[in-house]
Amino acid sequence: MGAFHSRPDENDIRHLAEKTGFSVEQVEILHRRFKQLSRDEDTLQREHLYGIPDLECNPIRTQIVAAFFDKRNFDKDSPQGTVQEIGFEQFLTVMSHFRPLKLRMTEEQREQLRLEKLQFLFNMYDLDNDGKISLEEYRHVVYELLSQNPQIGNESAAIADAAMLEAATICMGQMEPDQVYEGITFQDFLKMWTGIDIETKMHVRFLKMDNTTLCK
Amino acid sequence: MPVRDFLRTSSKLSPFQPRYEHLLLLVCVLGTVLPLGVDCNTSADNHQNNGTQKKSFPVLSFDYLHVRLPFEIALWILLASLMKLGFHLIPRLSNIVPESCLLIVVGLLVGGLIKVVGEAPPVLDSKVFFLCLLPPIILDAGYFLPIRAFSENTGTILMFAVIGTLWNSFFMGGMLYAVCQIPGTGLENVGLLPSLLFGSIISAVDPVAVLAVFEEIHINELLHILVFGESLLNDAVTVVLYHLFEEYAGVGSVTFMDVLLGVICFLVVSLGGVFMGILYGLIAAFTSRFTSHTRVIEPLFVFLYSYMAYLSAEVFHLSGIMALIACGVVMRPYVEANISHKSHTTIKYFMKMWSSVSETLIFIFLGVSTVAGPHQWNWIFVGCTLLFCLVSRVLGVIGLTSIINKFRIVKLTTKDQFIIAYGGLRGAIAFSLGFLLDKGHFPMRDMFLTAIITVIFFTVFVQGMTIRPLVELLAVKKKQETKRSINEEIHTQFLDHLLTGIEDVCGHYGHHHWKDKLSRFNKKYIKKCLIAGERSKEPQLIAFYHKMEMKQAIELVESGGIPKIPSAVSTVSMQNIKPKRALPQLSKGKEEEIRNILRSNLQRTRQRLRSYNRHTLMADPYEDAWNQMLIRRQKARQLEKRMTNYLTVPANHPDSPTMMRSRLSSDPQGYSLKLNSGNVPAIVVDPATPQSPESMKLLDESSKPGEEDQGIVMRAKLPESSRTDDNVFTPGEDSPKEQRLIRCLSDPGPPPEEEKDDEYQAFLN
Repeated sequence: MGAFHSRPDENDIRHLAEKTGFSVEQVEILHRRFKQLSRDEDTLQREHLYGIPDLECNPIRTQIVAAFFDKRNFDKDSPQGTVQEIGFEQFLTVMSHFRPLKLRMTEEQREQLRLEKLQFLFNMYDLDNDGKISLEEYRHVVYELLSQNPQIGNESAAIADAAMLEAATICMGQMEPDQVYEGITFQDFLKMWTGIDIETKMHVRFLKMDNTTLCK
Repeated sequence: MPVRDFLRTSSKLSPFQPRYEHLLLLVCVLGTVLPLGVDCNTSADNHQNNGTQKKSFPVLSFDYLHVRLPFEIALWILLASLMKLGFHLIPRLSNIVPESCLLIVVGLLVGGLIKVVGEAPPVLDSKVFFLCLLPPIILDAGYFLPIRAFSENTGTILMFAVIGTLWNSFFMGGMLYAVCQIPGTGLENVGLLPSLLFGSIISAVDPVAVLAVFEEIHINELLHILVFGESLLNDAVTVVLYHLFEEYAGVGSVTFMDVLLGVICFLVVSLGGVFMGILYGLIAAFTSRFTSHTRVIEPLFVFLYSYMAYLSAEVFHLSGIMALIACGVVMRPYVEANISHKSHTTIKYFMKMWSSVSETLIFIFLGVSTVAGPHQWNWIFVGCTLLFCLVSRVLGVIGLTSIINKFRIVKLTTKDQFIIAYGGLRGAIAFSLGFLLDKGHFPMRDMFLTAIITVIFFTVFVQGMTIRPLVELLAVKKKQETKRSINEEIHTQFLDHLLTGIEDVCGHYGHHHWKDKLSRFNKKYIKKCLIAGERSKEPQLIAFYHKMEMKQAIELVESGGIPKIPSAVSTVSMQNIKPKRALPQLSKGKEEEIRNILRSNLQRTRQRLRSYNRHTLMADPYEDAWNQMLIRRQKARQLEKRMTNYLTVPANHPDSPTMMRSRLSSDPQGYSLKLNSGNVPAIVVDPATPQSPESMKLLDESSKPGEEDQGIVMRAKLPESSRTDDNVFTPGEDSPKEQRLIRCLSDPGPPPEEEKDDEYQAFLN
């Protein structure tokens, strides 16, 4: 079910709600937002997202927009690559990575949710889709974070290097001088995040959304 | 408090020599205690004989009254500090019993002693308490408040503080009034308003007691901030209720109008206090912008402005505690960006010191006041007070949590609720407020005081002592002692921006959106005004990174040059991350060219050397020594590389010879190439002249272009004549180029101008 016409019908909504874990009202609200962003078309394109005025001052804007069009975020087993436009279902799937925890969740479900969220983050760092975050990619991340400040210079490289070294130290422990640390794999990434409750931090409250204050 | 932890660890070093030390401590304590009770009036003698006859000139006189007040104050503080010392010499005791309990016991003993001597023990004067003893503790709490945790839980904290305290006051007041109405208890004269007043005094959770107990149990951050935040923010409610009921208890009735005024008063008190604090905080931040030339008095500004905020709030009967907290919170980021590192340390330690001493004094005085104060014991009243206190706290927490959990992402579990309820300790604020009551208006004041003290004792002793085993038993999550790493910082910032972006895409102006807006506003306007110079533009990530570098550097210096990287057993170094060339800047062709030049020169030198080898030098030991030196230098460089991961040496620092010398001498492994005198006697080589030169010098070939083509001249200095501790490699003359050379070999950070030295490095590699 890629494209919706002006109003999706009950079954579709329920199906989507089940699939993504949102409630029915949330699906409807998000659908309205989707329509508004895409100017009543059926698919969303990058320009629509770039056009959001509030997003302009965000330093990692390009990466956020790219995440929406990244195939890896649509489905666990989908191939790598990007698409040019997405439908409502994919929009919802990407958004579902940010749903909060429910009170009664089993340990497995929590773990599952945690893995999903961390995979999403990992995909955002790993631009060339090779399953590792290399030093260059990490440097790029730091550079983007600091991109709003005029004087960056060598600092971002130094910071990224130090961070990478720390990551390698945590993940690998002992290394010979001639071994090379390729990059941060997903397992290493998980190791770095132990102790930080990502599942509670990475969420957006979809409870109420004030549609009247939306941009454009 | 961290100072306490520090003291505890240091005490573990001396387990049981202490018999004599304990005795000495006891003698000291007795010595300080006894004069406190003794009122000396020997000074009266001196004034009798003036004028009429000439008396002999007093060589030595005794005039205690002159210095009585400061002397006694100093003695009390000394007593408090000695007590603290004493407790930490007995490690097992301090693990079982929280310090606050021990201090109250000491206070009881001291009070008893003074009474035995025959004097009246001093009571905790409310004025002294509120103006001198309480502010340091609150300032310490406010300045070091974890902002992130606090702002994430503000709603919950406010609910507990405001509504929880209101519920507690009214429940307690109402129930006690009901109990007093029961005929036969002898309490009929306790009216409704005095009961409500009593309820409001006793219901507030006390920040001092909470801090004292919770510091020691290291509970997880969420629970800590919830209980502690509640204890801080309920001050406004307490102030309003107290004044309201005190005013109208004399009149005897409260109308609806009064209640409405009370509500307005509450808003004014709390918001006014916060506003006052913010105002003073901004002024303090602004002042600190100009202190770059008078670093010595920087800490003073922080303390003075905060205290002024507190006092100004008290002038208008606003909430002084909230003013202090707001001042500390607002002031901190800007002041820390402006002041020097030493001032920062000074502020931290002074605050900890003062708050620690204050806390100790408060508890001791509580004990003394118990002995001193007039008591009127009434079993029913006291018993009911205690019972209702516990009941109302439990009911309040459960009820509020069920409402709050609907809005929270991280729900509060039953365990959490239990700890929150159990952690509602009462303390000295309640006592002081009770003490302030006017006996004329409230004839049952003594009874109130007795009940308050009983509740305080119960909560501090029973709840304070048992909370630690309970925390262990219930397996409540403890505080995670993780150092903040640069990775975490990057990820947290990334996540913040990501969530803000997603909120924007959703069109939902949520928590993150406003936080982002605030921080952008802060960066654009406020920081420019309040932070001096260039640092106003420094982004947070870079500031964090610099702070970490500084910490690493200080650790390095303090541990005597032995590198202490975060995971000391790891052998991962920058080489593993960037295994490629050490010269990212040179192009291939140029590199080749340079290598050729260097190689050819070395060949020439070797030829020259060989030509002299037959006469003056044995070829093999020289080669060996040279190779050894190269290997060792490489190891040293690796070591340095690890050390300097966080130490990115900025490009333009001029190195004085003393700096260099200290660096060379402080690094024991780098340059202590002890040559066996047997192996390499005198590396006497001078390519040009056959005299026996005593110096060996590595010249940077490209830095002396005008000179004759000597190539790489190597002259070794004999160990005795070296100027530094280095045995082999010394600077010949203090020419800047050679200093640069030495510097390049001692720290491998490749700033762009030092390119020429890097080639040399590559060659040596």
